[in-house]
Formats: sequence, C-alpha cells, structure tokens
Amino acid sequence: MKPVRLDCRAPIETTMLNVLYFARLRESLGRDTEKIDLPPGVADVAGLTAWLRTRGEAWERELAPGRSWRVAVNQDMARGDSPVRDGDEVAFFPPVTGG
Amino acid sequence: MNDLARPGLRSEGATVIRVQTEDFDVGAEIARLRAGNPRVGAVASFVGVCRDLNDGAAVAEMTLEHYPGMTEKALDGIAREARERWDIIDIAMVHRIGPMRPTDQIVLVIVTSAHRGEAFAACEFLMDYLKTRAPFWKKERTPEGERWVDARASDDAAAERWS
Repeated sequence: MKPVRLDCRAPIETTMLNVLYFARLRESLGRDTEKIDLPPGVADVAGLTAWLRTRGEAWERELAPGRSWRVAVNQDMARGDSPVRDGDEVAFFPPVTGG
Repeated sequence: MNDLARPGLRSEGATVIRVQTEDFDVGAEIARLRAGNPRVGAVASFVGVCRDLNDGAAVAEMTLEHYPGMTEKALDGIAREARERWDIIDIAMVHRIGPMRPTDQIVLVIVTSAHRGEAFAACEFLMDYLKTRAPFWKKERTPEGERWVDARASDDAAAERWS
C-alpha cells in the first residue's frame, strides 16, 4: 500500500485584527474592542475605515471623511496608506485632549 | 576620577514616565529625580491643573481616559525626541487618569539640565507634544451634561512651532 502523500502547506489563516475604540468613538460605536476578520481586499487603514463605514449609520457618521479622528496601528500613529496585517492592533480615536 | 568612583554622580539621567490615578507631590518628584546629582544646575517643571471653566461652561468634574500601552510608548518617544534636541539630564512625565475636580493636578513635567535654557525649552516642548501626541481624552461634566473636550487648533499650533 502506497503511503498517502500529505499536503504540508500551512492551513489558510484568516487575517484577524484586534480593533480598539476610545473616548467619543467608543461611546457612539458601542464597543471598546473587537476582533475583526479582515475582509478580502482590505490592506490598509483607508480600506479598513471604508469597510467599517458600511456597518451602519453610526459608523458612517463617526468615520465620515469630514469628521476628525485618528488611527494608530500597533500603538503608532498611522495614516490612510499605513498597511494593516494579520495580528495588528488597530485603534480608532478622536484627536487627543490630554495635558 | 571616573563616575564609578563617585556614587552620587550619574553619567546618564533618568526618564520617568507614569500614568496613574493618584495625585502626585511635585516637591517629592523633583527631589527623587535630582537624587543629589551635582551635575544638575537647573530644574524646570510644569503642572497642569483642572479648571472650573472651559469653553464658557462650568465644569464640575472631568474624567481622563487613555490608551494603555500606546500612552507610555508615545511619552517615551516624546522624551527621546527632547533628548535629541537639548542637552538635558532627567525627564519626568506623570499624567493622571480617572475622575478629577477643579483645582486637582492633572499632569506634571520635570526637566533637569546643567543650565536653565535647556530645561525651560525642553519642558515646554514636552508639554506641547504631550498635548498633541499622547492618547489621553477628557470628558467634562457641566450643568448641561457630559461632553467630550474637543482638540484645540491652538495646541496644534503650539506643537508646530518645534518642527
């Protein structure tokens, strides 16, 4: 009997992001953290934001292009073209007001 | 005589970064930072305090929220940037979180250096960058209800001066 040839490639993993929300965004979006299975085609902050906007009215309003918000990837300030990858921590928050 | 032979003399200063709910004692913080270092010739400090009036409304209480992890990382980055710009010895940045009332201390920045010019400039720089880059948010309780404090363009302008 011939040995069965096993496929040794790693199983296909979904891209999981740990997404955090702070201050006004946390309150109006009704959550402080969530795991997001990144939809296909989303590779950067702008893509993720556009996808989040499709979730409903509060998302569309809070993340509207005219509103002021910031994004950090892995705890560093990010821009629209900053890449998002498997396992990244992505945070959405209003402009900071400490001090 | 090298530094090792003189226990009281540190060759490098300290960077102290703390986020805490408790109040702080400015005198004690300065004393601990200086730690008898005879190289320190100047100590500049700034204390931010909770006011009872903001944007025309009476503020009864304020709550400070932050992003644990990123806050410390951001403050550490700001401190490193100050060290690249000025010849300074020690830096302390202490920021409170949680509920605060008017007259309460919110934030403390201390810089030590050999001469006052460096300490003054670095202290102002640290505070300007903290206000625009460290992930803290204030929520105020006023007679009209709770409201998130909006970022100010004047704070952005203050930070811009240094770039």
